[in-house]
Amino acid sequence: MSRAALCQDRPLSPGGDFLQRLLKHPGGVAGGVVTLGFLSIALLAPWVSPDDPLAQDLSRRLQGPSRRHLLGTDDFGRDLLSRVIYGARISLSVGFISIGIAVGTGLLLGLTAGVYTTGRWGRWIDQAIMRTSDILLAFPAVLLAIAIVSAFGPGLRNAMLAIAIIYVPRFIRIVRASVLVEKEQTYIEAGRALGVSPRRLLWCHLLPNVISPVIVQATLGLAEAIIEAAALSFLGLGATPPTPEWGAMLAEGRSYLRLAPWVTFFPGLAIFLTVVSFNLLGDGLRDTLDPRLRR
Amino acid sequence: MLQYVIRRTLMLLYVLLGVSLTIFLLMRLIPGDPALVMLGERATAEGIADARRSLGLEQPLAVQYLIYVKHILTGNLGRSLHTHTRVAEELWARFPATIELSLAAICLAGGVGVLAGIMSATRHYSLLDTGFMMLSLAGVSMPIFWLGLVLIWTFALLLGWFPPSGRLDVRIVLDPLTGFYILDSLLTRHWQAFWNALWHLTLPAVTLATVPLAIIARMTRSSLLEVLHQEYILTARSKGLHEWRVVTRHAIRNALIPILTIGGLQFGMLLGGAILTETIFSWPGLGRLLYNAVLSRDYPLVQGGTLLIAATFAVINLAVDLLYMLVNPKIRYE
Repeated sequence: MSRAALCQDRPLSPGGDFLQRLLKHPGGVAGGVVTLGFLSIALLAPWVSPDDPLAQDLSRRLQGPSRRHLLGTDDFGRDLLSRVIYGARISLSVGFISIGIAVGTGLLLGLTAGVYTTGRWGRWIDQAIMRTSDILLAFPAVLLAIAIVSAFGPGLRNAMLAIAIIYVPRFIRIVRASVLVEKEQTYIEAGRALGVSPRRLLWCHLLPNVISPVIVQATLGLAEAIIEAAALSFLGLGATPPTPEWGAMLAEGRSYLRLAPWVTFFPGLAIFLTVVSFNLLGDGLRDTLDPRLRR
Repeated sequence: MLQYVIRRTLMLLYVLLGVSLTIFLLMRLIPGDPALVMLGERATAEGIADARRSLGLEQPLAVQYLIYVKHILTGNLGRSLHTHTRVAEELWARFPATIELSLAAICLAGGVGVLAGIMSATRHYSLLDTGFMMLSLAGVSMPIFWLGLVLIWTFALLLGWFPPSGRLDVRIVLDPLTGFYILDSLLTRHWQAFWNALWHLTLPAVTLATVPLAIIARMTRSSLLEVLHQEYILTARSKGLHEWRVVTRHAIRNALIPILTIGGLQFGMLLGGAILTETIFSWPGLGRLLYNAVLSRDYPLVQGGTLLIAATFAVINLAVDLLYMLVNPKIRYE
């Protein structure tokens, strides 16, 4: 049975005024607008991009920004603006897919660890999940990502997998901690007393109440995941040329830093602005969803 | 207190075992014969047979892991596939460069970050506060590999103020007593080398310090704001103490506890960031060694480097926890 069918009598959103509160947060609004802008550019890339991002024209190599090429051209005479626009597609996809995998796995394992804390098997499951998370958290994130990619082999798919793996423990911890707090609340006790099934209690009552910190962490995690993915590509372990990925473009431009700094500058600026917008949005969501965390 | 120290030290041992198990399993996931992976494609049949025996590849996986741990404990991390030198020696030779860079970065991040946080908190909602917090947002969001390249272009290539790469000019000869060039130059009173090493250290340290600086500034601000609203601060103010004295003598002491934790964790995180910074600035440390090893598929070196960085990270985290206990009486007297 799907969650919607299981929880028919209950509104999915715990508060209707969420959007209104978010709209009153200037940073959140600014972040949301820029994020939407980048998402639109990524989705509409074939229509808004002035050129083919892979089309080479050696007669126009390393040209500075001009009316014909607004951000200049790279070593193969490819239009940088088109590559940055298409790069948004790849970088945002990598961020969304890896964080999506991390959130899904983290939710499942975090809920399991948080719910099953009693009984011999329950304690064993909880301990196994949490101690494995501790070990993964004992690595600096970039180092673990590099170790995973070096074992599985370079490439965008393995980079996404590596990023997902390094973020799973964070979501497990957040979900488990929230479950441990929520399951002691009166509404859960009342649900039990009324004879609500454990499955319904978990999916319809517990999950909506633990999801807020997950959403916040996912938004902030997206920003970090975009940087991690770009870093892996920059090191030659993620996307490979001629893929228009921001980190890979930075690495290509590095060799021409003196001659053509724009080849390095614009892809980096795109990463920076995307990450700033996700961070602003994440801060806004955090303040809106959980005013206790406001700083 | 002693119980806490013992518990944390046991936890460190557990984490180190877990880290070694993760690296061991990751290396076993590489397609192909592990002996061939560890010796490279030019290995002879005899060499492969020796390696299979030494790694215990005929034994069950658990026994193989125990043999691997035994090798680590005896300092036997294998030999580099390319230079054929012992991995432990290679790592040890590069270790001081990474620690020197990380220490410089954390000092910069801690000093400037705490100062910026204090200024922001004491001038809450002012233009200065807004400016600092916008800068800290920019810092937190900064891809350091891009920042490093922008700094190289601006301060090394365009203005020529700093060198774009390396640790020391090739013309300068310095006795490597400890491997920490700043310390070595001070010990040998080689002032030219001291200034030159500092000059080379500036851009990489600034690059590496950016993210932790922004995080420490944010943390200091929020932690100090929380303390400044407490009643004992009101009492201090009502005694007529100067605001600066209230902040430096009374507020910052309590605000420092979370800052110290975050700062310590950031120091550990720097080891990860050092891989990128060292690659950009051709800094001859562990990070760059690991990067080159990954690209050339030098698995013994990758395995050893990952283990050393992760173990250092775990030890730093333990040190931070113990330091936290020393400054936080709540934990000390528990």
